[in-house]
Amino acid sequence: MKLDKTGPLEYSTQQNQMNILGFWIFLGAEIMLFGTLFASYFTLENGVGNGPTGAEIFEIAPVIWETIILLTSSFTIGLAVHAMRINRKNATLTFLAITLVLGLAFLGIEIYEFTHYYHVGATLQTSAFTAILLTTLGTHGAHVTFGLFWGAFIFLQIKKRGFTPETTNKSFIFSLYWHFLDVVWIFIFSFIYLKGLM
Amino acid sequence: MEFFERFAIPHPSPLIYASMVGIGLTVIAIVIGLTYFKKWGYLWREWLTTVDHKRIGLMYIISAILMLFRGGVDGIMMRLQTAVPDNTFLDAQHYNEVFTTHGIVMIIFMAMAFIIGMMNFVVPLQIGARDVAFPRLNAISFWLYFAGAMLFNISFVIGGSPDAGWTNYFPLAGTDFSQSVGVNYYMWALQISGLGTLMTGINFIVTILKMRAPGMTLMKMPMFTWSALITNVIIVFAFPVLTIALLMGTFDRQFGTHFFASTNGGMDMLWANLFWVWGHPEVYILILPAFGVYSEVIATFSSRNLYGYKSMVGSMVLISFMSFLVWVHHFFTMGHGPLVNGIFSVTTMAIAVPTGIKIFNWLLTMWKGKIRFTVPMLYSIGFIPLFTIGGVTGVMLAIASADYQYHNTMFLVAHFHNVIIPGVVFAMLAGLTYWWPKMFGFMLNERIGKWGFWFLSIGFCLAFFPMYITGLDGQARRMFTYSAETGFGPLNMVSFIGAALMAIAFILIVYNVYYSFRYAPRNVGQDPWDARSLEWATHNPVPEYNFAVTPEVNSSQAFWDSKKNNHQLFKEKRSKIHMPNNSGVPVIMAGFFFVFGFSFVFSIWIGVIIAALGIFACMAYRTFENDHGRYISLKEIEETEKKYGGAK
Amino acid sequence: MKVKLGLILIMMFISSILAGCEPLLVLNPKGPQAETTANVIWISIFTMAVIVIVVITLLIIMVYKYRASKQSEDYEPPHIEGNPLVETIIVAIPVIIVIFLSIVSVKSTYEVESVPEGYENEDPLVIYASSSNWKWHFSYPEQDIETVNYVIMPTNRPIEFRLYSYGPITSFWIPQLAGQKYAMADMVTKINLVAETPGDYPGRNANFSGEGFAKNSFVATALTPEEFDKWIDEIHSTAEPLTEEEFDQLLEPGHLGQLTFTGTHLEFAPAPEGEHAGHHHGTSEDDNDNENHSNSLIIK
Repeated sequence: MKLDKTGPLEYSTQQNQMNILGFWIFLGAEIMLFGTLFASYFTLENGVGNGPTGAEIFEIAPVIWETIILLTSSFTIGLAVHAMRINRKNATLTFLAITLVLGLAFLGIEIYEFTHYYHVGATLQTSAFTAILLTTLGTHGAHVTFGLFWGAFIFLQIKKRGFTPETTNKSFIFSLYWHFLDVVWIFIFSFIYLKGLM
Repeated sequence: MEFFERFAIPHPSPLIYASMVGIGLTVIAIVIGLTYFKKWGYLWREWLTTVDHKRIGLMYIISAILMLFRGGVDGIMMRLQTAVPDNTFLDAQHYNEVFTTHGIVMIIFMAMAFIIGMMNFVVPLQIGARDVAFPRLNAISFWLYFAGAMLFNISFVIGGSPDAGWTNYFPLAGTDFSQSVGVNYYMWALQISGLGTLMTGINFIVTILKMRAPGMTLMKMPMFTWSALITNVIIVFAFPVLTIALLMGTFDRQFGTHFFASTNGGMDMLWANLFWVWGHPEVYILILPAFGVYSEVIATFSSRNLYGYKSMVGSMVLISFMSFLVWVHHFFTMGHGPLVNGIFSVTTMAIAVPTGIKIFNWLLTMWKGKIRFTVPMLYSIGFIPLFTIGGVTGVMLAIASADYQYHNTMFLVAHFHNVIIPGVVFAMLAGLTYWWPKMFGFMLNERIGKWGFWFLSIGFCLAFFPMYITGLDGQARRMFTYSAETGFGPLNMVSFIGAALMAIAFILIVYNVYYSFRYAPRNVGQDPWDARSLEWATHNPVPEYNFAVTPEVNSSQAFWDSKKNNHQLFKEKRSKIHMPNNSGVPVIMAGFFFVFGFSFVFSIWIGVIIAALGIFACMAYRTFENDHGRYISLKEIEETEKKYGGAK
Repeated sequence: MKVKLGLILIMMFISSILAGCEPLLVLNPKGPQAETTANVIWISIFTMAVIVIVVITLLIIMVYKYRASKQSEDYEPPHIEGNPLVETIIVAIPVIIVIFLSIVSVKSTYEVESVPEGYENEDPLVIYASSSNWKWHFSYPEQDIETVNYVIMPTNRPIEFRLYSYGPITSFWIPQLAGQKYAMADMVTKINLVAETPGDYPGRNANFSGEGFAKNSFVATALTPEEFDKWIDEIHSTAEPLTEEEFDQLLEPGHLGQLTFTGTHLEFAPAPEGEHAGHHHGTSEDDNDNENHSNSLIIK
């Protein structure tokens, strides 16, 4: 295996470089995926039928908390990658762990939010608006859930194997994924919640 | 017992019972055959677990041909049913199922698989790579496609086929009007195979961008590789739209949401829009690789370099971009007014320009050439006029006001078969014949191949040209029958005769495989066609590692230059070669996906949960696995090379 | 060679059939809208035929002149990269054709979407055409009658069809009078047309809508204005009124012959336009309470 010693470890092999490029392309596909969800959301936003509108069901407090938590977790995953680059294993693991805990907290609040919607009568079946709202949020939430497992597995691998071209590569790609989820959330926050509340 | 009732066919007929028996017997025969000849281990080691792009490509192509026959039988049944007025061979419900499955099978499981198979086999060879960027992912792509295809194909014996057309417009496809599980099958079969296609897209973009041989800049890539790159870019941007549309459709049908319903704020037009935002780029996903094949074949058999390389690339880039800007032309009649229709009419016609450039470039490639009429070249020569007719009728359809009269008629059916058959099917047959020696080390018989070509071409003209006329005479598509007074009878009979000739053509093509396998000479050498691009610089059939030494490239036709212009392809010394390990995870994971899809179709939630856990377990296994691949030793390479008798 | 000749023969065969003795419905228009589209179709056929003939001629020349069997053994085809002039020409010609057809397309699309020329100032006859599985219901609010599976209209008067559906998307089509338009459940679409010659014209739903689709057709009859008025009077003296129960029965999936009623279903089941847009109309009673909500719906 050819090792390129000049760049960071996660870029060191050709396979590593291809993994990262491939993941960027995957994120391109993910942009289309969420883009389609947003386009459908804007189309169906007013299709409330007999159900409630966004302004009637959105609660600002949990949304603000979700935003703060997810933004912070995006910062901590950045710190984890930085610690990895300067070869600090324990710091990396700590920041990765903090990221995952924050992700879990985000998910907890989102579950609370969903039960709230259920109690105010905004379920998947209520109207086209509630369905696309819950589908968009749910798709993002499912991505976060998937990310939690993925991140936990990477945590275990770094713990066991230390920094290798593989583990650093995986961590870096995971950080891209996590930042991406954060960006999507910013769009959800702006164009679903803020727009709906206004 | 109640549990099993859901699997019953809602609308059975002797034909379906006969197919059930047929499928059952085939499966038993395969199992007994494999056991008797002790081939289970071979099948598992060499094929089911393979990550070799060549074998995956072959599996795609074999599946595509099987699907071609499934879809072809559907097509023949349709033409037989409409051959005479008031025919009773099929009833309305069966006819609806047949044209729905014909469309899906041909587009998703035949054409897509064929082009992806062709890309799999050819692209790494054309760029001088050992494999694709993510061999394991490639295997997953194939097995997901296969799981989706099988899921779709069992629908007509378990639970009922989809019956709302391949476009599956809501509310017709909703549970109000389509009660059987057929449309659920549609949703999950497309979802699962679409996931595989998306991964192929990512895989090939990275492969082409990162794994080219030294010296091969982007503008020195062979044209088929260029077409593959652009196709895969379209795949990556188009397929997520389908993913979401299918997800919403599934929710509407199985969880009672109102995305596409006309109650509670839903919008039926949203499905049509999402479907065609994916669906139109999908058309170009099919046709661009075909263009790539023609570019290779025409250059080779005209003994000329491809004319206007840069404008060929430029026109493909333009087509890929514009393919996302024309989807509304599939429903000009939805009533969005002359302004919107006018805009999309103009964008649609504009695509004719880059396509026209390509046609003229192929003609100019033949100019001053030395044309050999081999089977692949015949398909290419037949393609040019037939595809031009299909293309110009496309321009006619793009005129919004006229489309109000063509829409939903046989004119439209004639048009899209006129681009897909001479475009994609001819290209795949040309490509298959052209690269056949690369795949198997012997040639297909030219004489039988030419008979096949003539039957197919004449059959095609007879089958589809009359539809232009009946369309203009008011025959709507998807009608299971018509009365004698309409006067559609004679021309529909001509169509049926054409379809029968096409069936004979496909039988001839299969017979050719058998005949050539038995009688064709095996020592075809390295360059049986006097070809030009890099894939011909290695042996036939290709050894596992493709090239013993990575070639160095100076132009888009490096192999030609090595033959005529003293370009030295192989400069490095041989050394051991790193290869990926085989893995059973992809096929097992696809098995879980199949169970997932099947359980979801019938709302068997326990099966869904177990299968989902299985899928995640496969992913978890993969992330903890420590697999660094293996090396092929120098000794082994020397031996293989000696066996092929070459010193490459 | 035979292919090319064959293709040309086929082309000639096609055009002779198109122009042949018994004209095809679409090319045998009986009103200005269908006439516009028929003219556009002819223009496009001729333009496209030129392209097809040019391509086939070039192909024949290339294949005939540069076939290997005609050339000497040692002929080496030259390496030609491309020529800016030639490439400009092969871009320019399609561009010019596309620009020409774009103008034709946009202009004719505006024409067929609006009231035909010469009839702009006349008061249009409004007919609601709604589809249900697998029938067409025609309501004449002005004349206060309703028909099923046939529609009668006066000649030389603009007709405004307002289309919607009780179920799947359907496409309203009378080939000899005008092109298609979809009928959908949550909105009303419009076709403007004029019939200029009295006669019976076949009409149908052209968009696949399930099991009974093939027989989802109707007859459109154009009568002179005097005969049309006579027909209206006749119906008012003979036909039964349409009740809500009866209409609900008519909506049941199946096929019906031609039926005639006085009164229209619009009175108790309004079309999905204006304040009724975005509603499902199979269950009109249930929806009545919620009509305020529907005002807020914006369905484009």
